[in-house]
Order: sequence, then C-alpha cells, then structure tokens
Amino acid sequence: MSVVIRFRDITKMYQMGMEEVHALRGVTLEISRNEYVAIMGPSGSGKSTMMNIIGCLDTPTSGLYELNGVNVSEMNDNQLARIRNKEIGFVFQTFNLLARSDVLHNVELPLIYGGYNSAERKKHAMEAIEKVGLTDRSHHKPNELSGGQRQRVAIARALVTGPSILLADEPTGNLDSKTGAEIMDLFDLLHEQGNTIILVTHEEDIAAHAHRRVRIRDGHIESDELVTERRIVSHTPMTTA
Amino acid sequence: MRIYLDETKEGLLIAFAAIRANKMRSVLTTLGIVIGIVSVTLMGTAIEGLSRAFNKSIAAVGADVLYVQKWPWGGGHDWWEIRNRPDLTIRHAKALERNAEIVRSISPITGTARNVTYQSKVIENVIVVGTDADFLETSNVNVWLGRFMTALEAEGGRPVCVLGSEVAEGLFPVENPIGKTVKVGNYPYRVLGVLEKQGNFLGMQSLDNRVYVPINRFFKEFQSFRRGIEIWVKSSSLEQVEETKEEIRGIMRKARRLEPKEKDDFAINQQEILVQTFNQIGGVIAAVGLFITGLSLFVGGIGIMNIMFVSVTERTKEIGIRKAIGAPKRSILLQFLLESAVICLIGGIIGLIIAFPLSLIIDQVLPTAMPLSVVGIALVISVLVGVVSGFLPAYRASRLDPVDALRYE
Repeated sequence: MSVVIRFRDITKMYQMGMEEVHALRGVTLEISRNEYVAIMGPSGSGKSTMMNIIGCLDTPTSGLYELNGVNVSEMNDNQLARIRNKEIGFVFQTFNLLARSDVLHNVELPLIYGGYNSAERKKHAMEAIEKVGLTDRSHHKPNELSGGQRQRVAIARALVTGPSILLADEPTGNLDSKTGAEIMDLFDLLHEQGNTIILVTHEEDIAAHAHRRVRIRDGHIESDELVTERRIVSHTPMTTA
Repeated sequence: MRIYLDETKEGLLIAFAAIRANKMRSVLTTLGIVIGIVSVTLMGTAIEGLSRAFNKSIAAVGADVLYVQKWPWGGGHDWWEIRNRPDLTIRHAKALERNAEIVRSISPITGTARNVTYQSKVIENVIVVGTDADFLETSNVNVWLGRFMTALEAEGGRPVCVLGSEVAEGLFPVENPIGKTVKVGNYPYRVLGVLEKQGNFLGMQSLDNRVYVPINRFFKEFQSFRRGIEIWVKSSSLEQVEETKEEIRGIMRKARRLEPKEKDDFAINQQEILVQTFNQIGGVIAAVGLFITGLSLFVGGIGIMNIMFVSVTERTKEIGIRKAIGAPKRSILLQFLLESAVICLIGGIIGLIIAFPLSLIIDQVLPTAMPLSVVGIALVISVLVGVVSGFLPAYRASRLDPVDALRYE
C-alpha cells in the first residue's frame, strides 16, 4: 500500500505569553492509502495540533511531513493553501458552511479556488452532493437544513476535489446519536469506496468505526493499534437520510 | 486568467451578499462617499463652468489682435515704472498706420462715460468710444442696422455715432434710430447705425452699452477717462501675429526714440496673456477647491476603512473556512478589496445622481453642464477610495492564521 502521510519526528511548540507549550514532542507515523484511522486523545493531548498539521493548516516546528511523497513541512502559506485545496477534505464538528450560500455554492467553493470552470464545477459539485444524498436540497441554504444534512453538505464539500485524505474533526460532536450514526455510516461507505479517512475524536464509539486507532497523550503517540474486532454496522440507504 | 475572473465573480457575489446582509450599515457607510462625491463633482463642475465662461468671453477678444497699451496685462509688473511711462497718442497710431505692413487694420481707441439722451429718454454712463473707420475690421464686430462711420467722417471728426445694441434698444424701443440725433453728453450726434449684440466680457462689462464716435471729434468734446489712447492692431493673419508684434514693436520704439538698450515703455498685449493669467488663477482656485472638497471624500474613505475592519472581524470564521478549503491569500485580499470598492462605487453612482440636478442649478450662474470627464473621474476616484481604504482591512484578513480564524466564534 502506498504511503499517503509520513510524519518523521514532528514537533510543535507554541509560545503562550512567557511560556513555551510543547504540543507535539516528536511524533513519527505513517498512514497508507485507504486506511481508516482514528486519532484519539483527551483535550490538551496534542491531537488538535496533529490534525492541523496533517491538514496543512499549520506547519511543524521541526521534523519532516511528507504528503504523497511531497515535503510540505516547509511550504509557504500559499503553497499550503493549494495543498489543502487539492489533497485535503476537511469535515468539522461545527460544519463550517457559508451561511449565506446555498448547498451547491458551498460545495462548489473549493473548485472555485481550484480554478475549475463553471461547467466542471457544477458537474463535480452535483456528483458530490449526490454521493451524500442531498440532490434535491442543492438550492437550500444551510439554515434550511437539519444538522445531519449540514454535515453531509460539509462532507460533499470535502469530497468534491477528490482529495487524498478526508480529515474529520469530531464529525458527530454536534449531532444527536442517531444522526451521528448515519454520518458514521457515510464515512464507512466512503472508506469502502477507497477514500483514506482520518477521524479525530475522543469518543470510543466513533473511533470504533476505524481500522486503526492512534492514541495521543502529552504530545506523544501512546499507542497505535490495528482494530481486529470492528463493530458491525449496517448501512442505511443514503436516499432516506 | 479564468481563475481570476472566477474569483472576481465570487468576490462580487460575496460583496453584494454582505452589503445586502448589512443594509443599514452599508447605507450609512456609503453616505460618506456620497457626500464626498457630490461635493467633488460639483466643485469640478463649477471650475469647468468658470473656465467655459472665461473662454466664451475671451473668444470675443480676437486672437489675431494686438493691443498696444500703456499697461501690460497680467501681474508682476512694477506699478510705478509703468505709471510713469509716457501716454500713447494719436501720433503713435499714425506712425503705425504709415509704417506697419503685416497688418490688416489699425484702430486708435479711447473712451469715457457719458449719459446719452434721445428726447426724454436717458441712458446713464454709456461708454463713449472714440475710434476710426477701421474699428469694424479691427474688432470683428458687425453692423446690425445702417452702417459704420466712413474714413472721411472719421478723419473729419463729423458729429456722427454708431450705437451699441443695448443703447439702441434703450433709446429707440420702436423707432428706427438711423438718421436720428442723440445727445452724447451735451453734444448732438447723428446715428449712422447699430452694432450687433456682443454680450459681455467675463460677465462684468457689457460690450453693448456703448456709443462709437470719430476719435478726432472725441478729443474736442470729451476727455478720456484714461489719459492717452490705446491702439488695436489686427495682424494680416493668425499665423503672423508674432511677426506683426515684432514689427509694431520696432515702429513704436522708433516713434518713442528708444535706445537699443532701453526697455519698451509701452506694452503690446494679446489674448494669450489673458489666457495665461486666467489659467494661473484658475489653476489655484481648482487646486484649493478640489483639495477642500477632497477632504470630505477622505473622511468618507476613513468611514469605509472602519467598517471594513468591522466586517473582517465579523467574518473571521468565514475567512478561516475559505482558507481551510484552499483559498490563497490573494483571493481573500481580492474579496475584501472588491467589497470595499463596490460600496464606494455605489456611493459614487448615488453621488452623481444627486450631483446632476445640482449642477443644473450651477448652470444658472455659469455656463456649464456636468462634463462627462467629471463623471468618469468621479467613478474612478470612488473606486480608488474603496481600494485604498479597503486595503488595510483586506490585507489583515488575508494574513489571518487559518487555525485561529477557524477557532474564532
């Protein structure tokens, strides 16, 4: 399996007033194509920092980060923006949709910054919207949708550029358990379809969907284990969501 | 290239959405620009009007006519030196008439103010101009009724006169004035003709409130309000004005018996000097006026900058989202610059819509219409104000750290 993410002794240090905070203290990790990984840890463990670095929102203080064999640890802001656009699909806890734009425009947005023409944008966006089962809602505004639907829009937006990884930060944190389960089913399905998925969570239930669990504590990897007993899930048909 | 177009389109969509979402705020912010554009536009229109009024007046003064006078036009001369110059006399006019070759016509001119009466009608303080038969040619005016004085009448100092149109209208509202005898001051003159209406000079001095009499008679019966005379010289052609000027200068110097190293003790004035003087004064008026009105635009620009800072802060989260999904700095910068430019452009357009009827009011005083150039400049300036005052907030937005921006609530 080809390696998508390679972390080599990554550290991250913040200056908080007079104090230096070591959020990551030498993390080495590899994630291969089509893996389904949960990154777990209590708050303050460094998992958010790790997610930000994996997602190219932030750069490490030291160490090497290769994404698809490309060293991204020393890229400038605009290069990172381009990598985020092409290679990373973010799904956030709070959905982070543009409130004033409809579903179609929200999903199209990464393609605008990616330089696609409007016909291609529409085509790809509608395909992504169809994958998450919201074709009939494409002209609704986020405030006209339920929480689960909003998260589906966010997933469609994450998928639309065909990224190397889907990076989900507590994707069910703002959803009730039934809706949360539906969203996790969607992630399972996307994984089956060949996507590489990284879940950042502190909930065991959610992590149970992944095939590999990486536990972070105090800026170190505490454990990294393959899950043999995966929870058996039945996929709900997308169209009923 | 297409990506810039798409980003611009996206930026414009966001800009309009943002303006719609904050209507009241947008209106109040725009108001500063509206006021700025209205004042600058009206100032520009007024300056344009002033310039047009001047040019219209100056056109009456022929460009091919030279004015030999004691006093030079324009400023910057030694008053005492000029005051003590000898006066020009009819002798000089004769010398020019005898010797000048590159001229079409030469007219001695002098004037004073007298009441002109016909029967019981009196017009007070009419300018009585003493001149000769060539005046018609020299000054480019036409006879509307009757005829001008002949050379014989002028030379012989006959008691004949030609009326300006205003005087003719005043004294002869219904009668035909030709052949009637009017009194200029205390002396009777027979009316030969009436000149065409000429309007006024710089809105001050009516050129029609005049009576023209032979200069030889003028000297017998009136005293000039300036001592001495002036001599108008019309060049053979517009192209030869400078040569004519040199020629008459030589003749004048000879007539005055000036040594080669002595300075001229007379002035040869021409339209160009008036234009130059006006352009200097007009330039200062324009600069000061536009600077003062420009201040209001500056204040408007500060308002825009302020509100754009608020807008950037409010939308920190949105900026974070856009950055997370791959918007480069340039796109964020462009987005906020566009928003600021659009607000200002709308302000500019509203400003022009308000300024247009107001410019028609100015038109009552100065002959003007809002020139298209002012419209164009106003729109360009308003966009410029938007870009300049939006730059700092937009730059700050583009520099936001995506992690911090996403965390912002």
